[in-house]
Amino acid sequence: MSLRDRLRAGSFAVTAEISPPRGASTEPVTATAALLRDWVDAVNVTDNQGSNVRLASWAGSLAALHAGLEPVMQMTCRDRNRIALQSDLLGASALGIRNILVMTGDHPKFGDHPEAKPVFDLDSVQLLWTLRHMRDQGTVLTGRALKPPPDCFLGAVENPAAPPAEFRAERLGKKVAAGAQFVQTQFVFDVAAFAQWMAQVRDLGLHEQCYILPGVGAVRSRNALDYMRDKVPGVYVPDDVYRRLRAVPADQTAAEGARLAAETIQQLSAIEGVAGVHLLVAGNEQAVPGILDSAGVRAEDHGR
Amino acid sequence: MGTRLAYWLQRALRPRFGVRWLSARVEASGLVRPVFTAAEQVTKETLFGCRMCGQCALPVTGYVCPMGCPKELRNGPCGGVGADGGCEVYPERRCVWVEAFERAASQGRAADLRLLHLPIDHRRWGESSWLNYWQGRDEGLWT
Repeated sequence: MSLRDRLRAGSFAVTAEISPPRGASTEPVTATAALLRDWVDAVNVTDNQGSNVRLASWAGSLAALHAGLEPVMQMTCRDRNRIALQSDLLGASALGIRNILVMTGDHPKFGDHPEAKPVFDLDSVQLLWTLRHMRDQGTVLTGRALKPPPDCFLGAVENPAAPPAEFRAERLGKKVAAGAQFVQTQFVFDVAAFAQWMAQVRDLGLHEQCYILPGVGAVRSRNALDYMRDKVPGVYVPDDVYRRLRAVPADQTAAEGARLAAETIQQLSAIEGVAGVHLLVAGNEQAVPGILDSAGVRAEDHGR
Repeated sequence: MGTRLAYWLQRALRPRFGVRWLSARVEASGLVRPVFTAAEQVTKETLFGCRMCGQCALPVTGYVCPMGCPKELRNGPCGGVGADGGCEVYPERRCVWVEAFERAASQGRAADLRLLHLPIDHRRWGESSWLNYWQGRDEGLWT
């Protein structure tokens, strides 16, 4: 069952994130897809994440598709203008890649080419609007007909924890109005804060117009914990979570991180309007079966 | 400039007949137009951090220029805003959208930030957005 059909059927969906290799081979994507395909409904393939050059998102998505795992192709506004972005949607759709996740993208400053020109010709809301327009109106932005128009299931991202907190649910509302059909969020470590945001989302009725999949990460090591707390833009690790993961011996951080992830999944799935979870585990994909198993999300309900 | 004064000027300078007539004269003059545009640039750069994109969003962004965002986002903040409201790219600066939200909300205009801003026309950088506005060429910038 496709991700779109699964969400429409009201079944709890699980997606995970993988990052394509820095190299001219799709082999690592194929291997990861083989590991994950019995456990998740779809896999996000990142678009040069962190502004570091990697195998193209469309190529990684195609490899996942061939390996029997439905891809969610990530598309950022950082590297391509509106001509290239529209062209990429046509290419993806033609190759059978249906799920597109639109995001602004990290600034080049944070990656391996900090001297690069940041494009940001469109922002994420404008890109969603553009892609929906191509699908529903059957034309490019300026009106020329597409034969045939693309088919796509459009996703957005949101960071419920980032300031201005009063505006974050409204911002999702803008993305839904522009065309978002599902949303995957940034890491949720603070479930109470996420629940507050969800209350605002429900007040706006957005949980009935788009499927909401909060992001859950599994901390692997103390270094990763510190890096995530201090270096990753938009990720907030509350003090109690930090203390809990520091309280165990260093060689057990990964196990405790996986336990925390499983508990978080259980807590999130109990919140009204949550349609599934998105596992932010790029580089740590082998932890996925364990986390889902302890969260009580069984393999036979997911994958193919 | 105080937010309240900015909104007052917005009402006072809306495109009524007199303003429209005058702006058409300014636009028609090869001498006055560049002077007027330069004056607009100095004024708006100083007051709002304007970048002269030529299609002004200030009236619906709490009078904070969204083009001052390193990603030039016109539909609200990215997900990388720091816990203290700092910019992801330049943490020592405040996020322009955090500022925009505060300024708009202070005047009861937070609902402005829900508007969808359409992609801008990059051919219009450097043009006078005041003239574009008074001449009605700015309609359809947001819905």
